[in-house]
Amino acid sequence: MTSDTSASEYWRANVRLLVGILIVWAIVSYVFGILLVDQLNAIHIGGYKLGFWFAQQGSIYTFVILIFFYAWRMGSLDRKFDVHED
Amino acid sequence: MELQTLTYIVVGATFLLYIGIAIWARAATTGEFYVAGKGVHPVLNGMATGADWMSAASFISMAGLIAFKGYDASVYLMGWTGGYVLLAMLLAPYLRKFGKFTVPEFIGDRYYSQTARIVAVICLIVASITYVIGQMKGVGVAFGRFLEVDFETGVLVGMGIVFVYAVLGGMKGITYTQIAQYVVLILAYTVPAVFISMNLTGNALPQIGLGSTMTGSETYLLDKLDQVVMDLGFSSYTQQSGETLNLVLLTLSLMIGTAGLPHVIIRFFTVPRVKDARSSAGWALVFIALLYTTAPGVGAMARLNLMNTIQTGEIGSPTGNLVYAERPDWFKNWEKTGLLAFEDKNGDGRIQYYNDANKEFSAKAEAWGWKGNEMTKVDRDIMVLANPEIAKLPNWVIALVAAGGLAAALSTAAGLLLAISSAISHDLLKGVFAKGISEKAELMAGRIAMAGAIAVAGYLGMNPPGFAAQVVALAFGLAASSIFPALMMGIFNKRVNRAGAILGMLTGLLSTLIYIFWFKGWFFVPGTAMAANTPDNWFLGIQPESFGAVGALINFVVAILVSKVTAPPPEHIQHLVEDIRVPKGAGSATGH
Repeated sequence: MTSDTSASEYWRANVRLLVGILIVWAIVSYVFGILLVDQLNAIHIGGYKLGFWFAQQGSIYTFVILIFFYAWRMGSLDRKFDVHED
Repeated sequence: MELQTLTYIVVGATFLLYIGIAIWARAATTGEFYVAGKGVHPVLNGMATGADWMSAASFISMAGLIAFKGYDASVYLMGWTGGYVLLAMLLAPYLRKFGKFTVPEFIGDRYYSQTARIVAVICLIVASITYVIGQMKGVGVAFGRFLEVDFETGVLVGMGIVFVYAVLGGMKGITYTQIAQYVVLILAYTVPAVFISMNLTGNALPQIGLGSTMTGSETYLLDKLDQVVMDLGFSSYTQQSGETLNLVLLTLSLMIGTAGLPHVIIRFFTVPRVKDARSSAGWALVFIALLYTTAPGVGAMARLNLMNTIQTGEIGSPTGNLVYAERPDWFKNWEKTGLLAFEDKNGDGRIQYYNDANKEFSAKAEAWGWKGNEMTKVDRDIMVLANPEIAKLPNWVIALVAAGGLAAALSTAAGLLLAISSAISHDLLKGVFAKGISEKAELMAGRIAMAGAIAVAGYLGMNPPGFAAQVVALAFGLAASSIFPALMMGIFNKRVNRAGAILGMLTGLLSTLIYIFWFKGWFFVPGTAMAANTPDNWFLGIQPESFGAVGALINFVVAILVSKVTAPPPEHIQHLVEDIRVPKGAGSATGH
């Protein structure tokens, strides 16, 4: 930690990033997978109705991408604020 | 080769492998016993987490749940995977930075309170014991069906295997056996799924096959399935039938609960660095997603196969249903276990399988001379286990499925047992009752606690108490309503203090427990429920299984309000929080 202001900036950047990710996380599962499932089911991708696909497949793929995206972005934030390990 | 012999060989070989790993990965220090010396590669830890997480329920029951509930079972798929996003961003890296051995230890240090630590230990033990009983039962069932030994013998053999690698190797032994167990279970799950998907759709990947057309036809598999089940009076496979509010809250409870389950969290204490904890959560989800995205295909295809096996011709035609005497071998095998049962209600020697609770359809069925659904029992657990037989796969695949089910149950049991034994030897013994204990004595205490936990789990597996079936309500409800909020606020809110955290945990815990007991009976004793477990009685229509998210909300609100009106945490606690928020310096963190 270089200084208090830099530490709190780092923390704010982290919180901003994770709030953004949580919004996507909630949209693919709760909104696409449950709340709007009937509307999305009007759209077909192959044999999948889109809402059904998000609930049983798409949300899970998105979760995986979100975690790796978070890990990658945090890695750059760590270096930018000089709080990385080693 | 005989199936029985082959199964003994495959299962025996995997057991020898686990024991070999145990001897190689003995633990010499408490650091190795509790957190595998913090030297596990993030990808390998992801694999071990996958096996730790995917239990007998994921392996055996989930596809069956999907097969019979269709779309509504999506809550389990999303709930049990979405929790990893929370874990990766809200807990794992910071708890790794904190660098100690157990989850209650963080709660005790962060809230400078032995009481808080003990409340966390109690929640951990109740949640983990509930969970481990199901694993022991799973071991007994798998042995009973595939190796034809008694249930009790099966549980005893399972206990013996776990004893060898968990007592000898602690977290280190468990980690490396879990990696091997992951490989066994994922092969056992995906190989039959690929065969079946090829059979039905010509597409090897079940994830794609589920959205494809049927072999030799223009009809999509899911459309066909919808039609087949609805023609027999069942509800649509791809449409929602549950209440939206409960689907949302159950998903949320499962996600928060997943992130708050101690046996999963401690896996992230074993990686070398904070950044490894982040990526390792991603790898864990990759390995979990391999099974979880395959399961919807397995469920749908198994349901379709089952329906088509029984309804061989036109519905309502006198020759449209399978003649009982001509039923396939797998049908006979599962009848022997009692998990599949047939009763010829109309005496026509044929099997009618339909939804007789659907009044409109029942009226039609009566006109055809059907006198009620004749498949009086179709246990959903047989779907995965019977799949290879239904699809007429070679014997080695069936043997592999047996080994996979055992791997799933044993790996989860070991992770839970470690969480329980470390809470006893590290949090209660070293933390509260015998602070001056030497490392060597603590390691011995850890091994004894592990042996004791295995004995208790085995006993309860053979004599399951009423709460054993309530894993979703109890284990996930407790983790969601007590452990997750305390951990998250400990990291994200510097102002939450001892009084706030303790009262928050207690109100979250008690509100959830009381809500569950109210509708399911006090301590699940039959006949003691205060109100019938029906939607009319539920508060705002919330089912008990979905209440964990509400309990978590209560916990957050109480903790923040109480902290507001009481003194802020001491300065060294605020520094502790600032320190765990940055990765730098994690390498030097120690276990004490």
